[in-house]
Amino acid sequence: MSIDWIAFTPWRSLVGGILIGLAAALLILFNGRVAGISGIVAGLLRPRDADIAWRVAFVAGLIVAPIAYLLVAGAPAIDVDADYTLLVAAGLLVGIGTRYGAGCTSGHGVCGISRLSPRSITATIVFIAVGMITVFVARHALG
Amino acid sequence: MARTLFAFVAGFVFAIGLLVSGMASPRKVLAFLDVAGAWDPSLAMVMIGAIAVGFFAFALAARRRTSLLGAVMQLPTSRDIDRRLVFGSALFGMGWGLVGFCPGPALVALGAGRVKALVFVAAMLAGMAIFEWIERTRTERRGVSVAKGPVAD
Repeated sequence: MSIDWIAFTPWRSLVGGILIGLAAALLILFNGRVAGISGIVAGLLRPRDADIAWRVAFVAGLIVAPIAYLLVAGAPAIDVDADYTLLVAAGLLVGIGTRYGAGCTSGHGVCGISRLSPRSITATIVFIAVGMITVFVARHALG
Repeated sequence: MARTLFAFVAGFVFAIGLLVSGMASPRKVLAFLDVAGAWDPSLAMVMIGAIAVGFFAFALAARRRTSLLGAVMQLPTSRDIDRRLVFGSALFGMGWGLVGFCPGPALVALGAGRVKALVFVAAMLAGMAIFEWIERTRTERRGVSVAKGPVAD
């Protein structure tokens, strides 16, 4: 293992993380809801649920923010190297996986670990480990 | 109405956090997952920052029955570490490792106008719909077998 000191952005990432924590704090303290993005999005696919408005509003906030960021701070670096076939395969895996696992990086990784939930800690260890194995196989074993 | 507004602000701040931290970029996320390559530990700093704030917020939330706006406090109650949790998280980890997108950053990249994020989000929604369909057919089948009599399952 060698740390890429040029790419490493400890302070920016820490500040960004604090903002993410504040967002999760807002949603739980004011709305009584966990900021689990896969769960919030999945709730939109079940129109029988009465609580659609807040989900739409949260997702709208996520989608509108990059436009505001662009106007204030300039274009953000968002680099997607994967091709379309891989994006479709990965999207399907993420969609099915986050439903079976009942959460993603936000619900388990941020909110669940904040609650010290053994379930979320387990889920986070599993998806980070499998993510690392996947990257290893794709880049170093096959690549 | 107030709850809808707060949900919007929470989503907005969340996305700004992802953008500031660099996590809206799949290339940077993959650089964290690539421990055998030139490793970028930034994602760990994001987790530390988010959990440092989240820890106090959720500790406060756990002591309340209702939110500050009077909503029912809906904290997860499930404590089972079962096959579904591990299997699902493994599938998610595989998809995450393939392209570097998880649901939040994908929606932010979609807002930033990235067509590739749109394709990923469409596939992700399809995946969620497939899950709903599998679950529904499973419960329906179970419903039929219950009607026929007890089954050793």
